[in-house]
Amino acid sequence: MTHVAIAGAGPAGLAAANAALRAGAEVTLLDSANGLGGQYWRHLPPSRPAAHEALLHHGWGDFTALSRAVTSHPRAAVVTSAQLWAVEPCSTADRGPSDHAPTLQYAVGDADGNERQMRSLSPDALVLATGAHDLTLPFPGWDLPGVFTGGAAQALAKAERVAVGERVVVAGAGPFLLPVAAALTATGARVLGVFEASRAGALARGWAGGTASVAAMPYKLGELAGYAGGQLRHRIPYRIGTGVIAAHGTERVEAVTVAALDADWAPIPGTERTIACDAVAVSHGFTPRLELAVAAGAELADSGPLSRFVRVDLDQRTSVPSVYAAGEVTGIGGADAALREGALAGWIAGGGDPGDRRAASARRQIARYRGFARALEAAHGIRPGWTAWLRPETTVCRCEETSYGRLCGTLDATGARSLRALKLTTRAGLGPCQGRICGRTVEAIAAARIGPALDGAVPDRRPIAAPIRFAELARLPRPDSPDSPAHADHPDSPDRPEERHEP
Amino acid sequence: MSARMLPPEHDPITPATPVAVTIIVDGTPVSGVAGQSVAGVLLAAGRLAWRTTAAGRRPRGVFCGIGVCFDCLVTVNGVRDVRACQRTAHDGDAVGFQDEELPEIGA
Repeated sequence: MTHVAIAGAGPAGLAAANAALRAGAEVTLLDSANGLGGQYWRHLPPSRPAAHEALLHHGWGDFTALSRAVTSHPRAAVVTSAQLWAVEPCSTADRGPSDHAPTLQYAVGDADGNERQMRSLSPDALVLATGAHDLTLPFPGWDLPGVFTGGAAQALAKAERVAVGERVVVAGAGPFLLPVAAALTATGARVLGVFEASRAGALARGWAGGTASVAAMPYKLGELAGYAGGQLRHRIPYRIGTGVIAAHGTERVEAVTVAALDADWAPIPGTERTIACDAVAVSHGFTPRLELAVAAGAELADSGPLSRFVRVDLDQRTSVPSVYAAGEVTGIGGADAALREGALAGWIAGGGDPGDRRAASARRQIARYRGFARALEAAHGIRPGWTAWLRPETTVCRCEETSYGRLCGTLDATGARSLRALKLTTRAGLGPCQGRICGRTVEAIAAARIGPALDGAVPDRRPIAAPIRFAELARLPRPDSPDSPAHADHPDSPDRPEERHEP
Repeated sequence: MSARMLPPEHDPITPATPVAVTIIVDGTPVSGVAGQSVAGVLLAAGRLAWRTTAAGRRPRGVFCGIGVCFDCLVTVNGVRDVRACQRTAHDGDAVGFQDEELPEIGA
C-alpha cells in the first residue's frame, strides 16, 4: 500500500490527506501546531470549543468535514505538535529505487521543548503543504512592541480571542487585510482604518485584467464582498494608495504616520498624517515556506526575491520524484486554490487514477485559480518604491538589528553580488529567525541597489528547517544502528504514530 | 490601552466555559485560559514586550504570532529560546524573560 506523508494540515494538507485516503493510500499528516486547520482555519483549541466558530471563518463546513473524514479514517495517522526539522533526500545507495520520497525527521511534543520525541518517517510519497507567512516590509519603528503582522493579529484573535490592541491600524496590501480587520473587530478591537498601498489604477488593471478568471469564481468574489460589507457595517475607513510609513513611540507604538503612495509605492511628500493608536497590523503579502521543498531538492519557479515558489506540473508534482506540493508554496492563490491543489496532489500521490473525473475537474479549477493569483499579484504586488520610506537607521533584520544604512553602505563598499557575502558581512539573516522575516527584503534591497545576486543562493535554504536542541540531536539513533532513521518505521514500525485529534 | 481578551460572555462565537491556568511569570502568578499560548496569556495580562535585544537593548514581544520571527522568545521551566506564541501554557509553567545582553569582553 502506498504511504503518503503530508507536511502541513491547512486547507491544502487536509484536502491532500482526504484525497490520498480516497485513493486507497495510508496517510500520515504532520503539523507543527497543536490543532488542524493551518493559519487559515486557526480556531479555539479543542479544550475550549466555540458554539459558533463558523462566524470567524469562511468555509468552516469544509474544515469540519475534511478534518472529521481524515481523523476518523483507519488508514490515517494525524500527528500534531510535530515539528519537521529535516528532509533528507533519498540516497539510491541506501534505499534502492530513487523514486522513493525523502526521509522526514520530526520532533513531537511541546513547542521548542527539550523533551520532544524524535521520530523519522520514510514514506513512498510526500506532499508539501507548508503554506506561507506574512511578508511585512520594514518601515521606521516597525520593531516597536505593538507592531504586529496581520497574521499575528488574526491568529491571536481566532485562536485565543485576544485583540492585539484597542485602537488598531491595519495596513499593507492585498485582500488579506480585510479578514484581519474583520477578525480584530469580532474580537472587540476598534479598527481605525485599513490602508491599502495599491492605487486605483493597479487595482483596476489587476482585477479587471483578470475579469475572465475572477468572474468565474463567484465564491471568491462573494468572500471579498462579504468582508467589504463588513467594513461598511462597522464604518471602518478603507483607503487605497495609502501606507503606514512609520510607527512612533519609545517603549511601544503610540502612533503611526500614514501617507499617500504613488503608483510605485513611494510616499508622496506633504500627504503625511499621524494617527494615534495602540497597535498596528501590517502585511504587504506572503512568503511561502520553502525550506522543506528546497531541502528535498525541488526546483523553484523563481521570478526574483518577491516571487519565488515551488515549481509543480499539472498534477502538482515537483521536480523530485514522489514529492508533490500544494497550496501557497506553489503561488499565493488563497484557500480555495489550496483545497483544489491539495486534493489533486493527494489523489495522484496516493496512486489515484490521473484520468479520474474529479482529477480532471480539479485541474480545470486550478488553472482558473492561477488566473486569480495573477490578478492578485497585478493588483496588490509589492512595488519597488517602498524603499523610499526607509531611513538609514531603520532596522531591516530584526534579529541582528541590521539597519538599512548598514546594508546600503556594505553593498556600495563591496559591490558583492552575493547574498551569502552580504549576510556574513552585515549579519542580516544570521539571527534566530534565519532570514525568514528579512531574507527576501534584504535580497530585494540588494537587487535594487547593485543588481540581482549572482551566487545562486536563496534565503530559503535552511537544511535544519526548524531549531532543534543538541540534547535532542544527541538522542537520535546512530546512522549505522539497526533502528537508524534510514531504516525506521517504514511502513509498519512500532514508531508509527496513532494519535487521533479533533473533532 | 493594550491587548486584551474578549470576555467570553460578550463573545459572539460563544466559547465553552474557560478553564483557568496559572503560569508563574518572573515569580508572579499570571492567570490565563487553558489552551492559550504563553504569548496570549502575557498579552491578555497587559504585557506587550518581554525580551530585550542584544545589540540595541530594545524591547520585543510578539511580532509574527505564528512561530516565524522568534521575537517572542522566553524561558519556560528553565529552558531558553522557547517561542511564546507557539508554546501552550500549562498550569504552573515558570516563564522567564531572556535578556540577550552580551558580556563585555576584555578590560
